Amino acid sequence: MQTDIEQKIRQFITDNFLFREDRAALSDTESLLDAGVIDSTGVLELVAFLETEFGLAVDDADIVPENLDSISSIAGYIKGKTA
Amino acid sequence: MCGIAGYYGRSNTPVPALEILERMIGTLAHRGPDAKGVHADSDVGFAHARLSIIDIATGQQPMANADGTIWITFNGEVFNYVELRRDMIARGRRFRTDSDTEVILQLYEEMGADCVTRFNGDFAFAIWDSRRNLFMLARDRAGVRPLYYTSHGGRLYFASEVKALLEAPGITAEIDPIALDQIFTMWVPLGSRTPFRNISELPPAHVLIAGPRGIQVRPYWRLSFPEARDEKALDGRAEGEIAEDLNALLFDATRIRLRSDVPVGAYLSGGLDSSLITAMMKKLAPERLRTFSVKFESGEFDESAFQDEMVRALATEHTSVTCTAADIGRMFPEVIRHTERPILRTAPAPLFALSDHVHASGFKVVLTGEGADEVFGGYDVFKEAKVRRFCAAQPGSRRRLLLLQRLYPYLPALKNQSQKYLEAFFSTAADDLADPLFAYLPRFRTTVGAKNFFSAELRDTLRGYDALAELRERLPPEFGRWHPLSQEQYLETTYLLPGYILSSQGDRVAMAHSVEGRFPFLDHRVIEFGARLPPRLKLRTLREKHVLRQAAVRLLPAAIADRPKQPYRAPDSQSFTGPQAPAFAAEMLAPDRVSALGLFEPRAVEKLVRKCGSGSFVGFRDNMAFVGILSTQILGQQFFRASGLPRVSSKAA
Repeated sequence: MQTDIEQKIRQFITDNFLFREDRAALSDTESLLDAGVIDSTGVLELVAFLETEFGLAVDDADIVPENLDSISSIAGYIKGKTA
Repeated sequence: MCGIAGYYGRSNTPVPALEILERMIGTLAHRGPDAKGVHADSDVGFAHARLSIIDIATGQQPMANADGTIWITFNGEVFNYVELRRDMIARGRRFRTDSDTEVILQLYEEMGADCVTRFNGDFAFAIWDSRRNLFMLARDRAGVRPLYYTSHGGRLYFASEVKALLEAPGITAEIDPIALDQIFTMWVPLGSRTPFRNISELPPAHVLIAGPRGIQVRPYWRLSFPEARDEKALDGRAEGEIAEDLNALLFDATRIRLRSDVPVGAYLSGGLDSSLITAMMKKLAPERLRTFSVKFESGEFDESAFQDEMVRALATEHTSVTCTAADIGRMFPEVIRHTERPILRTAPAPLFALSDHVHASGFKVVLTGEGADEVFGGYDVFKEAKVRRFCAAQPGSRRRLLLLQRLYPYLPALKNQSQKYLEAFFSTAADDLADPLFAYLPRFRTTVGAKNFFSAELRDTLRGYDALAELRERLPPEFGRWHPLSQEQYLETTYLLPGYILSSQGDRVAMAHSVEGRFPFLDHRVIEFGARLPPRLKLRTLREKHVLRQAAVRLLPAAIADRPKQPYRAPDSQSFTGPQAPAFAAEMLAPDRVSALGLFEPRAVEKLVRKCGSGSFVGFRDNMAFVGILSTQILGQQFFRASGLPRVSSKAA
């Protein structure tokens, strides 16, 4: 089951990185880097989105692939920060 | 410098030969506004639009030999014509004109098609030899001057630009999907392919020979490098001696490029390469030197502080054009009418504005620093690949990975990146290292993001096609034995140089305003010298163009000679969004127009347009996709009759 957080993240990624709606193939655990979804500026865009959408501050030290490289890991990171 | 067009072969078209030739050459008036000439007989038709530079009085074309059996139409320059002519006169030859055109013609009479190996220059020409019933096309080694051809109804048509071919009876413009895939992967179409189906480009350093027995296209020169283990490159001489030789060679390459009956100016970017050429011009012709440059409003792109420093050091008479994002937006459709292919960056547009300024200043010829990065190892991708290889050789080393931070100091999006993400972007999978395209994999990964917007129909057409696989197959057999830097230089020089730098960013935008660029670094003697240099003299640790800097040391202020390379860039998607955006951009990218052309997914393009217009920072991938899609849409509107879109006359504006 996808949570609300995961759906918001997926929508953001679809609108801003995937662009196409017929590309349902991206799974929640797939690496955004390996799938070619996110490039170097994409990471900065993603961080800006998380900060506005979820009202949190992402520390520089947190901007690492372990936290942000899949829909699940981003959701996990947000849950950890807002818990 | 000029425009050429014509045909070879009999055809049953009812359109009179002279009318076809007039129509074809009429589209190339920007390349040659000074005079026009045509010649037709039963087998061939040649046309010529002239920009008079050498032998203004008697150099008219098309030109015939003394008995009228051999004809030529020629675009470009053979810089060593003075020496060739002198030798031929010593052998008893007589010349009727002082032109380089007649030197080509007479050397062809002596040597046949092999004459092309003797020319040092930038040329595209056609020769018709009625004695031997032979037709020939030839193009210079680096690909400075363009030459396209196509066949229809038993005739081979040729021209400097595609728009002239489209005036020939029965020739229509349709998109070549494979070329589009190649451009959206590596910026350029491969081999003789163009974005137009059934229209070919004669590749650089090739000749086409046609006669009763058919058509043959073959190379007459190849870029090659010593084997990686060859320690005796340049006889193992001392670095200082090699730098001296290079200095002398560059002076000579510059000297013969000053041959002109009209004044020659220079482009001054503020970087090492154009500064060195300008300094050499000043030594060779000290009396008066005219220089030109582009300035940008945004500090991210502008190099005017360095330009001003060179202007002061050399006391040149200098003017510049300032290019804003709005200017780029406004000029863009005209730029695409000249590039005749989709482009993924707007960087050709400011050079289009610059050539306009040069033309308005009364100049027809400029020398530039183009080619030094290919020949002497200046591009960032060379450093990036070196660091990635160095990291991959010692996967556990943290210190090696820190070098990644030194690669792109001028790119905000990378400078602000965390170390972990930098490592991920430039990561090297185990099998990547064995890939001949290793150096380019991170870039290709970014570029192909633009293919995400291809329509379902286009994807279907392209199913099973892999542009990178084709590129790998095209590499010469000895490629794998070269040093990695040599391999990368080969890829740059063979593909991006002619397919983008010298065409979309070179000849096409300069000749749009009747300006001829000349490039001392692309003298084939310099290219061959650069290829023989040991790689450590080009990229020394992470100092690019090392030996060139040594050769330049006495000619340039230290701030310029030591200045790290800053790539020439211009504002991309922001030129088409925001309050000053030109109206056509939104129109061209609107869902109905995108559906009408049928190449991209309208909804996805809509999202991209919204994102790029949102005011937030736009990354490389989105910028490339935006500019690539927009330029393809413009190209479709201007050229593709079959698309259902109105076709803009190539004579407009």
